[in-house]
This record gives sequence, C-alpha cells and structure tokens, in this order.
Amino acid sequence: MDLRYTPHEQSFRRELAVWLASEVPAHGTSPASSDWDARRDYDTRWQRKLFDAGYAGINWPKQYGGRDATLIEQLIYFEEIAKANAPYIGVNFVGVLHGGPTIMAEGSDEQKARHIQNILSGEEVWCQGFSEPVAGSDLASLQTKAERVGGNSDDSAHYVVSGHKIWTSFAQVADYCELLVRTDPEAPKHRGISWLIMPMDLPGIEIRPLPTLEGEGEFSEVFLEDVQIPVNNRIGEENDGWRVTNVTLRFERGTAFASDMIHLQAFVMDLIRTAKTITSNDGCAWDDRALRGEIGHLSGELESLWAMVKLSVCQSRESGVPGVGSSAVKLYYTDIYQRITELGIRLLGRAGLSRTDLADRPSSLFLGRHFNAISLAIAAGTSQIQKNIIGERVLGLPKEPRPTTN
Amino acid sequence: MDFQPTEDQKALQAGIRSFCEGQVSNERLPELGKSKGFDRALWCELAEMGVFGLRLSEDQGGIGLGYSDAVLVFEELGRRLVPGPLVWSHLAAGLVPGVESGEVVVGGVDLLDDRTNVGRSPEPIVAEHLDHIDVLLVLRKEGIERLDPVSIRSIPADIPLDPLTPIHHIPELPRGEQIADSNAAQKMRLVGAAMVAGQQLGLAEGALDLANEYAKGREQFGRPIGGFQAVKHLLAEMFVRQEAARGGAYNAAATLDAPEVANVARAVSSAKVTAGESAIRNARSCIQVHGGMGFTWEVSAHYYLKRSWVLENSFGTRDEHAETIASILETLVETQ
Repeated sequence: MDLRYTPHEQSFRRELAVWLASEVPAHGTSPASSDWDARRDYDTRWQRKLFDAGYAGINWPKQYGGRDATLIEQLIYFEEIAKANAPYIGVNFVGVLHGGPTIMAEGSDEQKARHIQNILSGEEVWCQGFSEPVAGSDLASLQTKAERVGGNSDDSAHYVVSGHKIWTSFAQVADYCELLVRTDPEAPKHRGISWLIMPMDLPGIEIRPLPTLEGEGEFSEVFLEDVQIPVNNRIGEENDGWRVTNVTLRFERGTAFASDMIHLQAFVMDLIRTAKTITSNDGCAWDDRALRGEIGHLSGELESLWAMVKLSVCQSRESGVPGVGSSAVKLYYTDIYQRITELGIRLLGRAGLSRTDLADRPSSLFLGRHFNAISLAIAAGTSQIQKNIIGERVLGLPKEPRPTTN
Repeated sequence: MDFQPTEDQKALQAGIRSFCEGQVSNERLPELGKSKGFDRALWCELAEMGVFGLRLSEDQGGIGLGYSDAVLVFEELGRRLVPGPLVWSHLAAGLVPGVESGEVVVGGVDLLDDRTNVGRSPEPIVAEHLDHIDVLLVLRKEGIERLDPVSIRSIPADIPLDPLTPIHHIPELPRGEQIADSNAAQKMRLVGAAMVAGQQLGLAEGALDLANEYAKGREQFGRPIGGFQAVKHLLAEMFVRQEAARGGAYNAAATLDAPEVANVARAVSSAKVTAGESAIRNARSCIQVHGGMGFTWEVSAHYYLKRSWVLENSFGTRDEHAETIASILETLVETQ
C-alpha cells in the first residue's frame, strides 16, 4: 500500500509538466462551443502537438504510435493535463478512445493503415453512431437496417443503410462514424449486428443538431437514407458487431474520468473563492458554518474517490482489465459531482436565474457544470444500469428478467 | 506507486479475518453482550495476534509494521464487530508498558474533539469500557495524560447505545500525569481517527455481507428479494459506499506511512468523513434489507447501526473533520 511514485514515474511527471507549461499557454483559449469549425481546428491542432511530442494515445501500444504508458503513468498524465488546464481531447474523443482501439483490435491491415495514424495525429475526426431513439440502455435492440448488395468477391459490394441515430457528438465535424447496423433482422438481436466505418461525406446522411438542456451544441441526430457503405468498411465479421462493440466499450472504462475528477477538485476551490466574494454586512458566505461543513464533507469524499481510482487502477494493472470497481467509481463520481455543482447553484442565488454571469457571480460556469453533472448519470451506462452491473456481477444477485434475450 | 495491499499485508489481513470469524461470530455477539463486551481471554488472544503491538518496533516487543498494515487489521476487527477499547490500546503501545501483551488494557478520552468550533456546545465526557481498563489516557491540547480509572468519579449508563460498548459519564475529569507532549497528542488523535476509519470500513463491509446474504436467501413473491431492482440497487449503493470507505481509510493509512506525498490531516479527515458516512448508512440499509426482522435482535443488523454511531463519535465526527478539511482548503485558496 505504497503511495510513493517511483523515480521513473516522477521524471515522467516532471517532463510532462514542463512540456505542458510551455505548450498550453501557446495554444490559446478555446473557441465558443457553437463554433464547430474553430473547435475542430483547435482540438485537432492540439492533438497534433501531443502526437509530435509523443503524448498522443497515452494508452495505445507503441506499434501503433502510442505511448504505451503504464496505468500509473496514465493517471499522472490525466492529473497533469488537468492541473495545466490543457485542452481536453474534445473532437478527438471517439477516434482516440473508441474507433482507433477497435480498429487496432479487430480491423484488417488495410483498415489499420488507412485510419490509425490519422486518428492519432488529429487528421481524422470520428463520431459514434450507436444509440437510437429505440435503443438506449438496451443498445442491442437497434434497428438501423443494412441490406447487402453484391457477393463476397465483389469489390463494389456494399450495404444500403437506412435508420436514425441519436446522441451523436461531433457529427458536424466528423470525417467518419463508427456505425452499428442490423445486417440480419431474423437473427436473435445480439447476433444480427455489424460494425461499419461510415465516411460522413456519403450521400444520404443528414445531421440535425439536437438542443439539450445545456443549450445548442454537443449533440446531433443523424438520419440515414439509403447510404451506400462499402462492405470493405466492415470491422470484423458480418453479424459479429456486438462482440466488436464490447471491445470498444471496454476502452471507455478505467481511467476515463480521471481528468474530470481533478477538474472537480479545482472547481471546489472555485466555490470557496466565490463564497468569499459574496459579502454582506455580517461577513461573507464562506463564514457560514453549514456551507463550510458541506464543502469540507464533499471535498473529503472527493479525496476518497480519488483514492478509489488509484486502488482500482492498481488492481486492473494486476488483472489486465478494468476492475469491477469502475462501475462503483462512476456512480460515486456522479453523485459527488452533482452534489458539488448543486452547491454552486445555491451560491449563485437569484443570479442563477441567468445563464450568463450576473452581478459578478459565475452563473455561466456554475450552471454549465451542474448540467454536465446531470448528463453524467445518463451517459456511458446510466446510474441504474451501473447498479444492476454491481448487483449482478459483483454481489452475485439474481439477474433481471430479460424476456427478449437470446 | 502501488496502492494495493502487498502479499504480506493480504496474508496478515486474512489471518486476522479468520481469527475473528472463529472467535467473534455474529452468533457469539449476544454472549459477549452479557459480559458487557469484554472478554479477557479474547483480549489476550488479540494481543497474541499482534493487534496492540503491531506498530511497535521489534526490540520493544512489537512487530514493527506500519499504519497500512494496522488499518487492514482494524478493518477486520470492524467487520466482525469485535468489542473493546481496541484503538486506544493499540495507540498506547510504546507509551504504556504491558499493553502490547494484553496484560494492561488501555482506554481513553479525547478532549481534542472540540465541537465548539463547529458551533456546538461542549460535549459531556463519556468514557467507554471504563470498568475493563487499567489505564485511562486523556488527549488534551497540552499533551497526553494518564489516569487510574479507579480514581475517577463516574456514572455508568444503565443502557448503553451499543450493547457491547458500556459507557460511563464523567462529570468532572481530574488532571492526570502528563506522559507526552501536545504534538504526540495531535498525532495520536490522527492515528486514532485513521484506525477508526478502518473499523468503519469493516463495518460497512460486514453490513453489506449480511444484507447480501439475506437478500439471496429471503424469498417474497416467489423470488429472492435481491432479484428485485429496488433491493438490488440498495445493495449496489452499499457496495459503492464500502469502496469509498476503503479508498478513504487506505489513503489515510498510506499517507501516514508516507507523509511526504500529501497532507496527512486532510487524508485522515477525508477518511473519517467518508468511512463514517459509509458505516452509518450501510448499517441502516442492512436493517432495511432485512425488513421487519432487521428491527429485531434476532439478526445482528442492529449491532452494526449502534456500533457505527459509537465510532462516529470517536476521534472526531464527520462535522468536525469536514471543518478541518474546510480550513485546509481555505488556506490553500489564500496561498494560491
């Protein structure tokens, strides 16, 4: 139970911190979230800098150009990029964390040659076409249909794809989409799915922004009408897409929220700074014992959460897969995140009735963070699904009845 | 960095666990209640296992292990609700001769727990296991004092909250002989809080184990109740709290072992806040999962609830530790 970093880990941290200290200020401030072209430019130029410095694909194997960092180094990496307030992975998220790793694991040599380096260097931006209006937590019930035209030996063989995808981040600026389609409507639902690489410039693709409670911006719906996707763009075998998908989803867990947690520690400090500026005749909001107590309590839990992450990472280093702890980490993080950001809204008081800053109170930041915290309980496996996972896989409780499972 | 327990630490923990499972099974708790939570033979066996001399150097008759090892031991003692002034006697090793062998039993009172700084009136002085101890330590701002419990006027509580933790009210505590300075008192309190956090983690685990076992066996509407999401999710939330308590308690102990890596006071207070919350809430959920039976003495769920409140009031409450963290953060904000 040793919290001390090795000399090697310490020098990794030092070198990274020095590099970030010069590169982050030089990269400038991030563009408005509604300006997609500027966002793509900003995020992909940063990805290129990471790539040139050898920090892109921190967990990718060396043979694909990654850093192949140990899990502890990855934790250090996320700590340092959060501390330096470095640009987040942004539009490169799907490519670097999902698409790339899936192609590495399951793609053909030709697919690897075409995409992997481009993803890592920020040349290619990807989006994810998994969820559908009828397929959320029950993703395998997706209905986007793909009919095949042409045989195995036919180079022009393609799928004709029609359907409706939702919750697609970065669709406006993506070059490719990792797309799940139903290639066999007769087969049991998990066995009729295929995984396709869809170029986003094909005819028949329509992108409609999907306003959310955060406002315009992050998400889109993607409508597909007779889009012709070459059979060569399939990853893995036809109807084997569910297994391929689970390879992808595994990469999302583990150290996924590490940076966000460090940012949340910084946000607690923002809360205190704000509380000290809200003054009345009797003093400032920070003098309120109850508020101090709540912030101290939440900060203590946040520190325990970070220790949980370290423990979970050290366990998965031994076993090679993200520990069962990852569901517990996500649940606990979501809970703390929501409670901390709710404190922010309470501090805003009536200034929080405005989405933009009012009377020197940071409405924009505080409301934005709270909305983001609400989405976290839904994204990447809802809190209820996470509780089922813990109940069934960790505690060994009887499974939910799944009448349509095959 | 390797935050996982080492193989040696896992072996130590497993040894204590199997000892506690054998000697302090849930079935034995009512019997221990009749002897007011203290059994001299059990105490000597715990001493034999090294519970008290664990961190004492080998030339002083101890085992020479660290805080990380100790927290795992206290986790197991908590899991099985082992009663007695365990943490105080552990803390007294090296300060009170004879404690590591179990011959001398040490209890204590923590007067550093100053709740006036969280806006509360001063607490009554309440000592645990006063009839069972040979030496009473008192933590004061000035240092650690030692008293003979027989010399103290005290009033026993007719019905203690925890049947295994008898208590006395001490209306006026006389001054004792000072045996260590104020730094030692502060340090003892930090270590005490970290070890109690270990016990609270164990409590959170024990309560979950008990509830989980019941949820698998108990059938209603023709199915084990653990198959219903309403119950399953209660249990999953208990698991999350258990793991949070583990993070906090292990972090506190490992930071005490390597104080150069982080702020020890912050790590310990974080642990006490998190593990305290976990123990209390898991105990309550354990009763809820047991339904009506959970409210009776037929099952041991109530022991977890009662002990969780005893531990909450040992070496600082959640409120007090939250205030400690807030002060540390305030200093950080001011210096940034």
